[in-house]
Amino acid sequence: MSEILTVPHAKLHAFIQNKYADGFIYLLDITAIDYSEYIKNQEEEFALVYIIRHQNFKEHIVIKTYLNTLLSDSVSYLFKGANWLEREVFDQYGIVFKNHPNLRRILNHKEFVGHPLRKSYPITKGQFLYETDDLMDEMNNRLLSKDVVCKLESGNFSECNKDLMFLNLGPSHPASHGTIRTYVALDGETIECAVSEIGYLHRGFEKSCENHTYNQIVPYTDRLNYCSAISNNIAFVKTVEDMLGVEISKRAQAIRVMLLELSRIEDHVVCLAAVLVDMGGLTNYWYMYNPREDIYDLLSKLTGARLTNSYMRVGGMTNDLYEGFEDDLKEVIKKVQYGVQETLSLIKHNRIFHERTQNVGVISAEDALSYAMTGPNLRACGVTFDMRKDAPYYGYEKYAFDVVVGSVGDVYDRVMVRFGEIDESIKIIEQVMQNLPEGEVNIQDASITLPKKEAVYTTIEGAMNQFKLVFEGVKVPMGEHYGSIEATNGELGFFIVSDGSGTPYKVKVKAPSFTAMSAYPEMIEGAQLADAILTLGSLNIIAGEMDR
Amino acid sequence: MELNNVALPLDIAITTKLDEAIGWARESSLWPMIFGTACCAIEFMSVAASKYDISRFGAEVVRFSPRQADLLIVAGTITYKQGPILKQIYEQMSEPKWVVSMGACACSGGFYDNYTTMQGIDEIIPVDLYVGGCPPRPEALLDALLRLQKDLRTNKYNPDRHKDFKSKLDNV
Ligand code: SF4
Repeated sequence: MSEILTVPHAKLHAFIQNKYADGFIYLLDITAIDYSEYIKNQEEEFALVYIIRHQNFKEHIVIKTYLNTLLSDSVSYLFKGANWLEREVFDQYGIVFKNHPNLRRILNHKEFVGHPLRKSYPITKGQFLYETDDLMDEMNNRLLSKDVVCKLESGNFSECNKDLMFLNLGPSHPASHGTIRTYVALDGETIECAVSEIGYLHRGFEKSCENHTYNQIVPYTDRLNYCSAISNNIAFVKTVEDMLGVEISKRAQAIRVMLLELSRIEDHVVCLAAVLVDMGGLTNYWYMYNPREDIYDLLSKLTGARLTNSYMRVGGMTNDLYEGFEDDLKEVIKKVQYGVQETLSLIKHNRIFHERTQNVGVISAEDALSYAMTGPNLRACGVTFDMRKDAPYYGYEKYAFDVVVGSVGDVYDRVMVRFGEIDESIKIIEQVMQNLPEGEVNIQDASITLPKKEAVYTTIEGAMNQFKLVFEGVKVPMGEHYGSIEATNGELGFFIVSDGSGTPYKVKVKAPSFTAMSAYPEMIEGAQLADAILTLGSLNIIAGEMDR
Repeated sequence: MELNNVALPLDIAITTKLDEAIGWARESSLWPMIFGTACCAIEFMSVAASKYDISRFGAEVVRFSPRQADLLIVAGTITYKQGPILKQIYEQMSEPKWVVSMGACACSGGFYDNYTTMQGIDEIIPVDLYVGGCPPRPEALLDALLRLQKDLRTNKYNPDRHKDFKSKLDNV
């Protein structure tokens, strides 16, 4: 379990500021907990939780404060990323942040009444939206803050010296990668101002978790970052295993490492294919997408599903590798390498590619940290944060591989870092397969993993054991824990509150795409419209994970 | 109507029903508009890529502008927030048009029975074909496409079929 630093609300700000001065500058997440149905009485009904990482990236702290009123101060002046995180807490729990620059709903729609993550809100109570937000008030405030418009005495706005055109990019737009909406104010082709609206794919993951047992949540995690489902599975079950205090077998660890890296390849391949299509390089799409089909074939042979694998379980995984897996894997890797080579040969010395990507969509390392960007997007700015090196798990320290970093933080770096990471992942996979430990993949503990099928069919203990585990779920000790891994888009974390039962009391995802997206409007202001499209593609925003 | 290998003199006339001639023409000139929101859209990418290759069936001219498309493929979860947009896209498509709902989410909300997910897109727009699966395999979508083409050829689709459809977003 994570050590929780409980701070009285009056002292919270001084505490966070002190910690900030000590180097805790990387705000991972802000969330709230509604304790109203918690079996153990808590001081107050609501608590706020801040998870902050140190700038050495090795340690993190979890700060908790109980609220006697649903009011707190905003920390968005310290961390840029806090802006959206606090909006989410406001939206989901109704906690108001004083001095927040733009406190409005973010995931739920504007006509929504109530705060869905409160325990009093019934899970199935849907609310229709009849008209989409025009975002004009948010846009006007933003234009005002940048001195692009002036406020008239009548309360209306006037464009000072520019002839602006307003344009919606998305939510249904081929280059919006799903369901992201960005509303831009254009002066010619130049973006003067941008505001993004997310939440179009908010599917209530966190609320659904509160109604399912831990293993039932695994399929939901598949659909967070659906381009690399298995890495989400692993991030989730690993957090639960940490809470249980168990360690999975050496073989399971090695298989997880191998699949994490395979997922990374799978994810990067889609991202790269899509960016290159956005740039007009359709040929690359076929070169990059075909190896992905081969990965799908391999995974469906292993797990039974192409995309939504649900392969992991608390304490291990559904089944061991099949016979002949290693040979299939080798073939797949060869095809990936071929696809990558062909694509690189098309773009590496291609002037159009260079001119369209270099110094486009730049974000400085400092800003990227303030927004808590992570993964390849952060590494492209030259920051060498990689959980596999900084806080290794599953024996990552044993494997020889490099952290690929960029220098400028532009589209080019983000693309090239991903190409580099594919090579590094292949190296790791090869090392894992050379020394794959023998043994079981599931831990042998009747309170965690299902008994063998023979035992279920032939013994009463086996049958009872199966029944209890399936119906009641794995019982996780009471407590609160934040656990994370280096998933394909960066640090993917889960903050879980357990009340000791088989169903989590609360789950919060720290989603890499969410923080990356919060930086996006600022990144494209001042840029050309066409570059905004590339910038979005290169950030690899996956709506399922961002909106949850 | 097999016109392919027949050497036709220029002055012949063919009699057929107008409906049938139109059905035959529509069958292989579907222009899909893909309304992809989530995981299912990734599977649609596979359908379009070379292995499954939707162009083998004459429906590869994917349009992202509803005004140029006649087949709406809704791939992915539709939330209440997304509702008005989907409806608007549907209305912007000109007749005749068909709608395929791809995946459990679009068909029924899938396993997201909660406060934010619409329990099936047929609450707000009429649907012609439902494809089950979470996500459906690419073959399943191709199967739906072939079904649709067959039905177009045989004129199964009455232009008035959705006359009585009432969208829940029209209640205001
Ligand atoms: S049906 Fe399944 S795969 Fe398709 S969008 Fe819904 S959750 Fe994703």
